[in-house]
Amino acid sequence: MADARSEILGRIAAAQPDRDGVAIPREYRRSRDYRDVVELFTERVAEYQACVHRATPPETIGALLRARGLRRIAVPADVPPDWLVDGIDWQPVEGRPDIEQLAGCDGALTGCALAIAETGTIVLDAGAAQGARAVTLIPDYHLCVVRPEQIVGTVPEAIAALPPTRPLTFISGPSATSDIELDRVAGVHGPRTLDVLIG
Amino acid sequence: MAARNPVTWLGSPTFPAAARTALDDSQLRRNLKHATGTIRTKRAAAVSELDDWEQLRLAGEAIKNEVLTRLDTYLVQFEEAVTARGGVVHWARDAAEANQIVLRLARQAGAGDVVKVKSMATAEIELNEALQAGGVTAIETDLAELIVQLGNDRPSHILVPAIHRNRAEIREIFRRTMPDVDAGLSDNPAELAGAAREFLRRKFLTTNVAVSGANFGVAETGSVVVVESEGNGRMCLTVPETLITVMGLEKLVPSWRDLEVFLQLLPRSSTAERMNPYTSVFTGVTEGDGPRQFHLVLLDNGRTSTLADEVGRQALRCIRCSACLNVCPVYERTGGKAYGSVYPGPIGAILAPQLAGDMHDPHAASLPYASSLCGACFEACPVRIDIPEVLVHLRERSVEAKGRSPESAAMAAAAWMFGSRARYEAAQRAGSLARFVAPRGKLSHLPWPGSKWTNARDVPVPPKESFRGWWRRNRG
Ligand code: SF4
Repeated sequence: MADARSEILGRIAAAQPDRDGVAIPREYRRSRDYRDVVELFTERVAEYQACVHRATPPETIGALLRARGLRRIAVPADVPPDWLVDGIDWQPVEGRPDIEQLAGCDGALTGCALAIAETGTIVLDAGAAQGARAVTLIPDYHLCVVRPEQIVGTVPEAIAALPPTRPLTFISGPSATSDIELDRVAGVHGPRTLDVLIG
Repeated sequence: MAARNPVTWLGSPTFPAAARTALDDSQLRRNLKHATGTIRTKRAAAVSELDDWEQLRLAGEAIKNEVLTRLDTYLVQFEEAVTARGGVVHWARDAAEANQIVLRLARQAGAGDVVKVKSMATAEIELNEALQAGGVTAIETDLAELIVQLGNDRPSHILVPAIHRNRAEIREIFRRTMPDVDAGLSDNPAELAGAAREFLRRKFLTTNVAVSGANFGVAETGSVVVVESEGNGRMCLTVPETLITVMGLEKLVPSWRDLEVFLQLLPRSSTAERMNPYTSVFTGVTEGDGPRQFHLVLLDNGRTSTLADEVGRQALRCIRCSACLNVCPVYERTGGKAYGSVYPGPIGAILAPQLAGDMHDPHAASLPYASSLCGACFEACPVRIDIPEVLVHLRERSVEAKGRSPESAAMAAAAWMFGSRARYEAAQRAGSLARFVAPRGKLSHLPWPGSKWTNARDVPVPPKESFRGWWRRNRG
């Protein structure tokens, strides 16, 4: 008996005598003339029940965390040093994270790879100031800093700018479910609270 | 002989028989009407926001057609890319073979339990049952799948498998089955979600093997895309040491760039959002992040034989968004379980019998009759699958298979659909009944005219209005 791989490939070849390629019409929009992507992003993130703040990071980070009563915060080792304000128990994470350590944190602070205004989405690529994927997953709170110049308008613009073979996470609002009567309610397994700081 | 394909559930009654039972359940009909009504309104808004929606649909259709045209080339390219990045690719001809592979891998990893993120492919092959028989327990981590699993129930929707349950019923299931649940648990959805979070948290942090499906695989890069809401997918994809992804052959897209189309089409069509809460993309194994072992099982299970059918193969474009279920007047009345398959609704009516590949089976052969051919599913479908065309085609095939008489199937379908003799006769008077079996002037392709049934009665006149128009005015 042939192995599964050659048998499946053989079945496909037999099923498909016509091998002409298909022309793909790409007449959809790559970009849209949004006047102010920062404004649009702010508005759309907020619609997911995330809190958006436009302020300079160092001052605001401390105030936000204190206002929420959060003390022990996981942070990728390579965030800008001025984010690590006094009065917080910072838990630096480098390389493969220790899941138990993350489970003991009240929240996580990271940057991002880029953000998409049209859909109110933050994208992480495990690059600078972001850490491994678990960092923004295990703790119940995520504070994400987005620089205004990281915000693109549309999904096609984002896809063109992202590195496909890095681990990517697209985040649109806090963890949510629509499984009960199709109502989106915040909070299942990911962080139940998402703060986005644009600055 | 090959084992029976579990894509349709063993011992299911034919669709008309199951539909009659479902129609008697008024709680079910209320739950469904509420849920599908909500999502239809939201979807319309999400779609109308993009003025290039039609161009996106056309691109989505063409990309998927391109994949199907050169599926073998893209699969080999994908396999190479995944392997180059440290993944291991397995091929499975059918459900039994896929289940054996996953069971073997889970045992090799020493797992007694595996955590699972909702996946149609693994539901299709009844992986959980196969793992259980092999001594491995699969824990569903998607809220709706968990509700189905704890309620010892069957799924009834692609996206929201527990759509037939309302919040009060869900609370009762949780109270009955979760060991440490708060006795005062209310039926507030956020509280119910909180109970699921507590219940699953430890399992995520202590289980070594995860099983997932895939929404897309990118042939060019070997990347796998998982689209979800709750974060249980992210847990499964990042915390356990070993990840096993089961992916239907047809889930590929040729290039990275193609995701710019599908990441717009899918969320707006399925949950009617601009974007779902979480989408993960990963390629093989990444040093220092996520699983150390990644296995990808490519699943045929009836896909290549579906590909061989020139009309029917378009069903393989499906991205499982469930929009066609939510707009379907038949689904709204009968619910998903009446279809007797993990794939219910309009897509189920064309996909399940093709994957099952046995038109002699009375249940599979009855599924193409589970439709009024009103065309709403095609209008909603983000990859423009002409579901009515495939339904008619499969009705012909079911007749050719001589598994049943077309008249009895069509009439049984008509009887449950119209619910009462009076409505059925009204439909006939409106001349719309011809469309019930023959859309778009394809009457001659069908065994209907000249049949005994037609001879005994007036041949329905060609429709003065579309069935869809008639149905809109007359649906209950
Ligand atoms: S057939 Fe089309 S509308 Fe239905 S689930 Fe598949 S992609 Fe969605």
